[in-house]
Amino acid sequence: MQFTINGKSVQVDADPTMPLLWVLRDLLDLTGTKFGCGIGACGACTVLVDNRAVRSCVTMARDTAGRDIRTIEGLGGDALHALQQAWIDRQVPQCGYCQSGMLMAAAGLLAQTASPSDTQIDAAMTNICRCGTYQRVREAIKLVARSGRRSP
Amino acid sequence: MKRRAFLLGALGTGGALIVGWSFLPPRSRMGDRGTLPPLDGAVSLNGWLRIEPDGAVVVAMPRSEMGQGVYTGLAMLPAEELDVPLARVRIEQAPVDSIYGNVAMLVMSLPFHPDDEKSTKARASAWFVAKVARELGLQVTGGSSSLRDAWLPMRRAGAAARAMLLEAAARIWRVPAGECSMVEGEVRHAGGRRLQLGELVGALREVPLPSEVKLKDPKRFRLIGTPAARLDVPDKVTGRARFGIDVRLPGMLYAALRPCPTLGGTLLSFDGDAALALPGVVRVSALAAAAGCAPAVAVVANSWWRATQALAGVRADWDPGPYAGFDSARLLAEMNAALQNGGGFTYYKRGRGEAALLDAVQVYGADYSAPYLAHATMEPMNCTAQFARGRLRIWAPTQVPSILRDVAARAAGIDAARVEVNVTLLGGGFGRRLETDFVPQAVWLARDVSPAPVQVIWTREQDMTHDFYRPAAVARLRAGLDGKRMPFSWVTRSVSDAVVPQYVSRAYPALAMDMPDRTTVEGLFDQSYEFAHRQCTHLTWKSPAPVGFWRSVGHSHNAFFTESFIDELAHNAKADPYDFRRLLLARHARHRTLLEYAALKAGWGRVPNGRAQGVALHESFGTIVAQVAEVSVAHGAIRVHRVVCAVDCGTVVNPELVAQQMESAVVFGLSAALYGEITFKEGRVEQRNFPQYPVLGMAEAPVVETYLLPNGGTPGGIGEVGTPPVAPAVANAVYRLTGQRLRSLPLRLES
Repeated sequence: MQFTINGKSVQVDADPTMPLLWVLRDLLDLTGTKFGCGIGACGACTVLVDNRAVRSCVTMARDTAGRDIRTIEGLGGDALHALQQAWIDRQVPQCGYCQSGMLMAAAGLLAQTASPSDTQIDAAMTNICRCGTYQRVREAIKLVARSGRRSP
Repeated sequence: MKRRAFLLGALGTGGALIVGWSFLPPRSRMGDRGTLPPLDGAVSLNGWLRIEPDGAVVVAMPRSEMGQGVYTGLAMLPAEELDVPLARVRIEQAPVDSIYGNVAMLVMSLPFHPDDEKSTKARASAWFVAKVARELGLQVTGGSSSLRDAWLPMRRAGAAARAMLLEAAARIWRVPAGECSMVEGEVRHAGGRRLQLGELVGALREVPLPSEVKLKDPKRFRLIGTPAARLDVPDKVTGRARFGIDVRLPGMLYAALRPCPTLGGTLLSFDGDAALALPGVVRVSALAAAAGCAPAVAVVANSWWRATQALAGVRADWDPGPYAGFDSARLLAEMNAALQNGGGFTYYKRGRGEAALLDAVQVYGADYSAPYLAHATMEPMNCTAQFARGRLRIWAPTQVPSILRDVAARAAGIDAARVEVNVTLLGGGFGRRLETDFVPQAVWLARDVSPAPVQVIWTREQDMTHDFYRPAAVARLRAGLDGKRMPFSWVTRSVSDAVVPQYVSRAYPALAMDMPDRTTVEGLFDQSYEFAHRQCTHLTWKSPAPVGFWRSVGHSHNAFFTESFIDELAHNAKADPYDFRRLLLARHARHRTLLEYAALKAGWGRVPNGRAQGVALHESFGTIVAQVAEVSVAHGAIRVHRVVCAVDCGTVVNPELVAQQMESAVVFGLSAALYGEITFKEGRVEQRNFPQYPVLGMAEAPVVETYLLPNGGTPGGIGEVGTPPVAPAVANAVYRLTGQRLRSLPLRLES
């Protein structure tokens, strides 16, 4: 199957029903995208597909073939994405395991809504973080929204 | 059981100590150049520090980063003494050596009340345990002990290294070392000359280790006490950070497991032929029970997803075992019944203890309960192992590398010296990764597919149904009141299983024994409220449910019991719960001041309409935390808006790390207080994934504010201390709001 991942075209010999998460992790060694629950409940596996946040553990490979897939490894391109910089400025991550998914969900949110309200943030950011970084995630998203930096 | 037996039990030494040994000075934790082997032209200065040719300072890191910021907090200690910017420090996993063993954790596990810590008995016990701990060298990240433990050894290592750097520069310049100084990570001479650390590597080889070291006066600290940025954050926002599950090795295979669904069950037979015929599948194996893990069938394949798909086609027949009828609701009823009876171990007695209740004008009592809880770390359990040429290599997200090494060696039947343990980042720990149950599984599969490395990954369902749970507990609290309804006696009786003996039996079966376990009563006996008569008794109630250390351990439920009950006593006395606590802390200025600080910052008594405040104060792991929660109730749901935390943790090494841990601990504690409950039915756990075991999300997370009241001295713990007070603070607010006194967790309002 042909995928476009982080702007590059790749050919992968994957079972069509294999979830995108495992294509990324086990076949392409893109381990930044995490496995958390396997049922789309926790959001650790969030990636962007055509600029929308999707949960890759419940997204079959064949449904993403040929579409524009972006993972944490490609979020910022060569430099840091504004969200990544805000995550550093606000010292968001603790254990860090859920943060790839958090960042991709935030990128998906800002791609749709440049300056989200708290309610919109709550609705879009349903990722689970056991370290309780929610407060800083919210602040970091607002930091980027205020600065007016466009997401890709 | 006598306290002496308790001590020996707690040490796990089995009494194998000789009198002569106790006269030797305690083992030094400085280490020498051989402890930390130098590589590629670098030079080791002691067991903790190495200077690289590029001038980087490598710090040997004996603790695991699981989000608590330990890489940063610990690195700040030698960096301070060296006067090296934190950015110049590189973290490297410490090798296995007793200098890295956690001494503070074992000392803190002694069953002494904070008021008694200065007594001769307490100090002698602490000295003895510290001496033993230095010999044991247990590399454990737990008990909120990392900074406390490293406080002196890592600063001493930095100070010793600093003296060596100055001496090396002095020899190059042929000047007295006293004319040289460290400034911003370089050595300067009074005459204006400068040397970078990398330029000193050659000369450092000839400089001897100093026999004495002098630590900085805390007044001269430039790094300690500042909100230095975390060293691990940049890699955690780019996906570069490597957790256990991200280990990738050439030719690595993946294993998916199906464990026995019932507690104590066994595998009768299995048929893996259909699975073996599938593409990518390498092997189907049966795995025995060990180190606390259930027996399992496993499929090894070239991707984990293929392994899970193939596993679905493996037929396995289980004998459900002796606990197939185990039911936690029935267990709780039995434990509640046991509250009525005598028996148990009295951990603490002052004054006339329980007998003083007879003097009371009124005896006020209440029963409380708390359920089993899962850890639910975001990164499911996993372990990678490779068996080749008689050597075993392990990559694991673990809190206990030295114990893991022993468990792996036992599983492999080889000497521990032939096992190499690589500690990765941990995607959450919370005590779950003190366990080593996932290790034998990886070892045996690695042997099956040797020399290929294999990565075992558990599903979330496996992780949740095969955890080591925070024990369910029940307690009866009673207070004897005087004519003004003020309490003068404090009597607690609690019933729960005990974590420590279970843990020891899993990690070191040869040392398994019944022993008192301080963690069962911590939070009940060790608080500072002043009562003339106190007695705290606990009855260990064994059950088939596996129990383990869960962030703040006994404090996690006992703080709920204690602080809710104190609140009840306040309302019974028609007193303001905040004023009432202050009255009970007349001789404890530190606690009282902190409580007042929290009340001030929270604006005690001033809340928006429809909301109420609840307060709780709790001391654990050498730190005192006061919290005020602001709560509302709508449509039968409890909503927590704001939690103000005042913290006295002695010396604050990094205030930003403290704030992060308060935010973390509050959210973790609230998940448990509002939703957390693991139940067993027919010998199996009923909750399988996040929908059945909900945790707090962004929309429900309160604003957490942290205020510090630094007090100097050794730093107290930080990773766990914010969790205990949050449940009672919320429950106490709910009472003021609704008049309902919720005495069991999770907090559920009556409609």
